[in-house]
Amino acid sequence: MKDTRIGVYVCHCGHNIAGTVDVESVAEWAAGLPGVAVSRDYKFMCSSLGQELVEKDIQELGLTGVVVASCSPHMHEPTFRKACERAGLNAYLFEMANIREHASWVHPNDIERATEKSKALVAAAVSRVAELEPLEPLVAEIKEPTLIVGGGIAGISAALEIADAGHHVYLVEREPSIGGHMAQFDKTFPTLDCSACILTPKMFDVGNHPNITMMTYSEVEQVDGFIGNFTVRIRQKARKVNTDLCTGCGDCWAKCPAKVIDTVFEAGLGYRTAIYRPFPQAVPKYPVIDMESCIYFQKGTCRACEKVCPTGAIDFEQEDETVVVNVGNIILATGVEIFDARRISQYGYGRLPNVFSNLEFERLTNAAGPTGGEVVLRDGVTRPESVAIIHCVGSRDKNYNEYCSAVCCMAALKFSHLVIERTGAEVYSFYIDIRTPMKNYEEFYHRLLEEGVHFVRGRVAEVTDSARTPGEEGKLIVQVEDTLIGKQRRVPVDMVILMNGLEPQSDAKEVANQFGIGCSEAGFYIERHPKLDPVATMTDGVFIAGACQGPKDIPASVAQGAAAAARVLNLIGRGEVEIEPIRASIDEERCSGCRICNNMCPYNAIDYIEDLGVSRVNPALCKGCGTCVAACPSQVISGQHYTFDQLMSQIEGILYDVREGGERVTYAGAEPVEAK
Amino acid sequence: MAAKAKPKLALYWAASCGGCEISVLAIHEKILDVAEAFDIVLWPCVMDFKRQDVEAMADGEIDVCLFNGAIRTDENAEWAHLLRSKSKVMVAYGSCSSEGCIPGLANFNDSRQMMQYIYLDAPSVDNPDGVLPQMETQVPEGILTLPGFWNTVKTLDQVVPVDYYLPGCPPEAEWTLAAIDAILSGKLPPAGSTIGRASTVCDECPRVRGEKKISRFYRPYEIIPDPDICLLDQGLFCAGIATRAGCGALCPRVNRGCEGCYGPPEGVVDAGAKLISAIASVLDADTPEEIDAILDTLPDPAGYFYRFGLAHSLMHRVRLEKQNGDKVASPVGEIPRLDPSLKD
Repeated sequence: MKDTRIGVYVCHCGHNIAGTVDVESVAEWAAGLPGVAVSRDYKFMCSSLGQELVEKDIQELGLTGVVVASCSPHMHEPTFRKACERAGLNAYLFEMANIREHASWVHPNDIERATEKSKALVAAAVSRVAELEPLEPLVAEIKEPTLIVGGGIAGISAALEIADAGHHVYLVEREPSIGGHMAQFDKTFPTLDCSACILTPKMFDVGNHPNITMMTYSEVEQVDGFIGNFTVRIRQKARKVNTDLCTGCGDCWAKCPAKVIDTVFEAGLGYRTAIYRPFPQAVPKYPVIDMESCIYFQKGTCRACEKVCPTGAIDFEQEDETVVVNVGNIILATGVEIFDARRISQYGYGRLPNVFSNLEFERLTNAAGPTGGEVVLRDGVTRPESVAIIHCVGSRDKNYNEYCSAVCCMAALKFSHLVIERTGAEVYSFYIDIRTPMKNYEEFYHRLLEEGVHFVRGRVAEVTDSARTPGEEGKLIVQVEDTLIGKQRRVPVDMVILMNGLEPQSDAKEVANQFGIGCSEAGFYIERHPKLDPVATMTDGVFIAGACQGPKDIPASVAQGAAAAARVLNLIGRGEVEIEPIRASIDEERCSGCRICNNMCPYNAIDYIEDLGVSRVNPALCKGCGTCVAACPSQVISGQHYTFDQLMSQIEGILYDVREGGERVTYAGAEPVEAK
Repeated sequence: MAAKAKPKLALYWAASCGGCEISVLAIHEKILDVAEAFDIVLWPCVMDFKRQDVEAMADGEIDVCLFNGAIRTDENAEWAHLLRSKSKVMVAYGSCSSEGCIPGLANFNDSRQMMQYIYLDAPSVDNPDGVLPQMETQVPEGILTLPGFWNTVKTLDQVVPVDYYLPGCPPEAEWTLAAIDAILSGKLPPAGSTIGRASTVCDECPRVRGEKKISRFYRPYEIIPDPDICLLDQGLFCAGIATRAGCGALCPRVNRGCEGCYGPPEGVVDAGAKLISAIASVLDADTPEEIDAILDTLPDPAGYFYRFGLAHSLMHRVRLEKQNGDKVASPVGEIPRLDPSLKD
């Protein structure tokens, strides 16, 4: 019989747990569980005094296992594992019961049942800890290169931080140029400095950095591996342009006869050619051929670009290329999409010509945009005399997105300023609340108040062109309840700008799956801790930065890019990291070689040994994911720290009848059988 | 001095089909050795013994009891308790007593539903007055009784402690002999052991196995399988991957997928659960719709995955409708009475 002496420590967590769970009674009850040598409750187990309590008991009572019933293991498992180690107990003989997130926080009004649930969770941990085996952590080498996905301002910031520190970066961007949304803007709030002026040098640095391999027009196809050693397969779409020869001179697009509406960079307001460079400052400078609009690819003749290219860089035969890179860490900075206002039909976007999206307006005001920076109506010549700006389109709205998109208030203020500056028009800004919390933002709002913007508080009901009075003829009428005066108003204007909110990329969930990270219902990536660990994820070695984590403006995206870079540099600096020693192994004596597991392993760690008729796990390749363990029909594959007995005893523990006079349940469903 | 008394052997059948009885005789002329070596004190299928004969024995007087059949009535349970107290070694013989087998599939219903169908609803039934079996029936000569019919079919070890298990539907003669030899020679494995091999049917199957990807299942009549390639690889359901070896892969050798009668291999508690997770792991599908389409080609999953093991599985049975407070509703008519030991 194994000598089992388990210590149980039930944490009050101040009021967090003790306010809902009767922690004293849980501790008292746990003392009667089989194998429990000591059971205590304490105000804050994570405090140094709480940890010392555990250490003292391990040394004085010779504990063989420790259970702390407190918060999530994500929070304090490392804390208590270290405490166990300091006292000479193997760190893997520690188990955490999460009675905060799983009991007190979710059952705030039911002390009795929250207490019962806490007991069941403690019983599960006690049963499991009795079966645990001591393990030694594995050490994984951190490969130096880093993969950054997304070449917007967050990805650019992260890439430059890491590359400047002397480490290699692979920067993958799916568009032909890096720059992201910021490259489309003319001015940035609240300082009104030129977006291109501050972004272009950074883009240039990325393009010319010896430590950055820029892979534009590329997408990640597959990710395998683990912190320190990821294998990433990247597909580089064929540009149909040989970048070794291309000088970016522009002769090709100047002569290209195919003109199409540019729905990406120009937001549908301008044209581009079939062979094109998205914008003049694009990095890299090389164009791409859009095969769907290219006359040669569609009709078989033309090849005008090939004829004019002075260096012979056009390559119609070029195929997609697959590149495999090995990296130690990954930063996802995949950004956001803009809400499509056609979904709110009463605002008339796509139906009423002079209703513009915020992105369209950005292009209108941009000196390099389709109108050369002229703010004009859809006819291309008429200057508006009055402009309505509608806030919170698709944001703060239960029908679309409940969250606040964070950037639109300030962008709307910026737009108001630009309208006044360029056209002198009257500006009406329809808002729910003006949100200007960051540095110098509120001051900017006051500046716009002084510039004479009419702020109308109320969610716009409708934008219509059907006039009720002669004064409304030929205008767009904004119907709104002005909640400050408590009256319905109809405001006739020439132009309406919709402040469309930010939404996760439409493929955000697939990307999250690909990289093995969490994604909220809306589609924003989930950080490890919303306050204390905002750029790490639950997957070690995968970090997030920028608006893919939640709506963010440029300063916040830049800060997160740098923060993620700092986390990666920390790991590169250490060179290695301890990882959980969780590996699968096959009992070859009992393996029948059915080969169910052979195809399962995402790391190709399982080989079938033909001569012996058994399968074998290569421990150097195994990452301990457990897929084969679950699949093995004869249960001869076992995962360390998650063996069948450990899991079953945990389940038996949680089924422990915690009520008065309750008894243990056995998993075979049998009534307890007395030993013969 | 008289020769040393021969060890006493009892054979009993509870809820079973009789196949296990025949399998005992499948050891052919060796049965004569058994008869020579043992003093057979109970074998209702073959010899005339009465319950009183067994009741008259001292506790532990029987050396070995081979008990086949599941426990589904009061009578089955009474005999199990009686033989347990009279026997030194209790062997759960065959699949029914070890893991419930076909009778255990009744655990997808309860006794009320069973009576309703068998005596009233089945198309072949002609019972215009709706007569149902009763536990007690008054006849001029006195009262006739029937044993109580349980809601839940149980395995032998869910009713009394069991020393050894001999799985199979029925057990192969080789292992019946091995068990008898072990008992005769006194070289008994540790109590609680299953007599047989530890690995799975795949170990004994001569077919060539490849990496698995199943894009659809076939029923046996739909294809003529290749005789040399793993049946599962060909899309024929085969439970051999999660079934204890010992039969010599009888069914796969004749182009028939293993049904799983030898029960789970060593260490596995629930062969059905293992089969489900193994099969689910090798479906060649990327979307929920594709998964559904493949599984649609596998009719009666409960029958495929839990044909033999339901009563002994982690599920044990389907949940009983609780009515009238805590007790299970009274079945149709007066009869099938509540399972006295039923806790669920």
